[in-house]
Amino acid sequence: MANIPQKIVHQYLRHDKKFPHVWCAGCSNGIILGAIIRAIASMELNRDDIVMVSGIGCSSRMPVYIDLNTMHTLHGRAIAFATGIKMHKPNMKVIVVTGDGDCTAIGGNHLIHAARRNLDLSVILVNNNIYGMTGGQCSPTTPHGAIATTAPYGSIEPDFDICKLAIGAGASFVARTTAFHVTEMQNYIQASMEHPGFSLIEVISACPVIYGRLNKKGGAPQMMKEFRDNSIPQTAVDKLPPEQVEGKIIRGILRREIQPEYSAAYADLIKGVQESAGGEQ
Amino acid sequence: MLKKTTSNSTKAKTPKAETLKKKSSAKKAASKIVELESNLERKTIIMQGNEAVAYGALDAGVNFFAGYPITPSTEVAEILSAELPKRGGVFIQMEDEIASICAIVGASLAGAKSLTATSGPGFSLMQEGIGFAKITETPCVVVNVQRMGPSTGMPTSPAQGDIMQSRWGSHGDSPAIVLYPDSVKESYELTIRAVNLAEKYRTCVILLMDEVIGHMRESVRLPDMANVRVINRIKPTVPPHWYKHYDENQKYLSPLASFGEGYRFHVTGLTHDAHGFPTNKAGEAGEMMDRLRKKITYNIRDLVQIESHQMDDAKIAIFAAGITARSAKAAIAMARHEGIKVGLLRPLTIWPFPDDAVRKMLRDVDTVIVPELNQGQLIHEIRRLTKDKSESDVLSIRKVNGDLITPNEILRKIKEVI
Amino acid sequence: MKMEKSYEIRLSGSGGQGLILGGIILARAAVLDNHKVTQTQSYGPESRGGYSRADVIISDRDIFFPEATNFNCLLALTQEACDKYLFDLRDTGILIIDTTFVKNLALAADNTYELPFTEIAQSELGSAISTNVLSVAFLTKITGIVSDASLAASIALSVKPSFVDLNIKAMKLGFKLAENYGR
Repeated sequence: MANIPQKIVHQYLRHDKKFPHVWCAGCSNGIILGAIIRAIASMELNRDDIVMVSGIGCSSRMPVYIDLNTMHTLHGRAIAFATGIKMHKPNMKVIVVTGDGDCTAIGGNHLIHAARRNLDLSVILVNNNIYGMTGGQCSPTTPHGAIATTAPYGSIEPDFDICKLAIGAGASFVARTTAFHVTEMQNYIQASMEHPGFSLIEVISACPVIYGRLNKKGGAPQMMKEFRDNSIPQTAVDKLPPEQVEGKIIRGILRREIQPEYSAAYADLIKGVQESAGGEQ
Repeated sequence: MLKKTTSNSTKAKTPKAETLKKKSSAKKAASKIVELESNLERKTIIMQGNEAVAYGALDAGVNFFAGYPITPSTEVAEILSAELPKRGGVFIQMEDEIASICAIVGASLAGAKSLTATSGPGFSLMQEGIGFAKITETPCVVVNVQRMGPSTGMPTSPAQGDIMQSRWGSHGDSPAIVLYPDSVKESYELTIRAVNLAEKYRTCVILLMDEVIGHMRESVRLPDMANVRVINRIKPTVPPHWYKHYDENQKYLSPLASFGEGYRFHVTGLTHDAHGFPTNKAGEAGEMMDRLRKKITYNIRDLVQIESHQMDDAKIAIFAAGITARSAKAAIAMARHEGIKVGLLRPLTIWPFPDDAVRKMLRDVDTVIVPELNQGQLIHEIRRLTKDKSESDVLSIRKVNGDLITPNEILRKIKEVI
Repeated sequence: MKMEKSYEIRLSGSGGQGLILGGIILARAAVLDNHKVTQTQSYGPESRGGYSRADVIISDRDIFFPEATNFNCLLALTQEACDKYLFDLRDTGILIIDTTFVKNLALAADNTYELPFTEIAQSELGSAISTNVLSVAFLTKITGIVSDASLAASIALSVKPSFVDLNIKAMKLGFKLAENYGR
């Protein structure tokens, strides 16, 4: 990884636009935005060729602050909008920033079908286990037993394993990390953007003001410590006894395979159709 | 006896079968329709309304279609799935109608001319995305081949139940441009016009179709491409740092940059300022809403199209759109045969509503009859414009059972009036 | 033929009998004869079974209302279709029924043509699949509504290439049945 000075981040922000940002103190979204910017900078991509698309939610406010082609769309639909962009301009890098509720509840259908098609999108899914923007309702990743404003007696639903869901649906690059593991996150984001196919990175993130308070997690530092202490690299899983793996956040690249990519397959289809049409004339 | 005329029927002029056979056997496309019409000949042929929409879209320069199968609009998707790749365009069948409208908006912002086609249930699902296209002023076209509802209703039966939904279906408050053809040929023409207006006015334009017209085949001669007028969106000429995504200084018809052209603009479904960034300021919010309204109201003459049929001496006027206007024309022919002075006013643009033409009609005639395949939608607009007429002068014919309003039913109403 | 007024034809039966394709073939043939045409249809959700009808209106003037309401000719391939539509046949209209399935006539029309089209297709052409073209060809010969050559050209344009020969054969058989009818 290239050593990117901190100043780089500022070069990618829209300073004159809509700062200060909307995020609460202690929120992980700023850390994640920084990691995305450093990944883009280290890849030396032309920012005119990058689109960032988001849905609705706290993390989905990210595009307004970053100086790329940016799009803040409808709740759950970021991947569907991104599909249109990528299919019309396959040479553009399309990053989707979305949350657990946005992407796996209301937008779950789009997630699984984009994964199935293996369309070359980099989906960065910020999982804070709750609906933060609307004040703390339970999401598909709210852990069993956790408190939310719409689960005041504790959630009785099993929660999604988003990475398993994405792998099951056909995503060819799937990784998980936490907001604490900033360098790892940056590396995964870069790897996902270099990967030719549908990629999803689940970033376990801290929402101290809503989720943390409701569930007595302490403040942001305590939540960060929990990410550090309560997560293990996937490479270590096999070496540990099951009781030490139970309940832990498994970090790592969980799947990386080269599979036929959708926009490339469509370009081939066009070529084939046009060649056979040309042959008939 | 018709039987006897058999021998008089024309003999073969040119044995066309020979050449036609050669052409068709050379093809291996899966769909029969595609085999027939892929080298669309600009002579009189028989064509289905949905086919006309598909070829209108192609002739208008549409190069991106995302959709989801639904009766009675599916032929549009089937044809474009075969034709778009030949022209280097994209067809994608999405997971649902919500994804379809979102994908065409995304593609449009990336520079595509995009269109989708659906019917009632899918149109309902698309409403949120239609609102997004309107607030972000993104060109796109939604074709709604109406079927009978509510809910799943009768998928293969005609109804005109989405007239108000096409105007007010998306939440919030925004103007709409909605076009309504009455024939196969006009389906072609108004599809092109819908794409043109979307590009010019930077909004989601809706083409409302009747199931009968979508599925009807009619003899039609399409114009040569040289006679087809195609409008493309205005591109910005200013350097990126001067670019405003919603430029208020351009008579509400501002240039539109695409992703990837160096402008790096922001688009949001939130109420936004002229640059596209979210705002909570009352002044900026009001300006944005004004802008959405004024770009329609300031250009009403460009947007409104009506047909006036035998109205010059009419004492009774029929106001009808789409297939129902054709029933009206047949009824008018019968009534005129009996010396009854009746005419038709037909909106090709139903939204914005042709207020001026309707006011003139209300001044000129004694009675207006509004037949429609719903429980009364267009009639409310006529009544809105009725000031000095008692309610009995505006009469309704409503029918929602899956059948068309027949010419005889309209003729009966005409005779009740005189 | 030169038409004074619109000529209205309804082809009726059930899903899978190829009536809509029959309507398209007839309509396209009329276009090749330089007439104005509308062709509409009504059908249920079933691809096979259920009800199905195709209307063709042929005229030399603009056709306003595109559905047949007062038929010059009705083709009925099922009993249900015959029962349902017979009363909308005009007094001088021509009724053509497939006696394979139509066993009872609710009223006697003056110009009624009765043939077991499905059975004939099965025995003479080896498959019931061409019943639509067989009966439409019969209809065009009886009514004289389109020229033989245009019907042949329309068939070639309207069916899959591998089915052209079979359908041209069915057409010729339909013509022959019409020419020999009543003998």
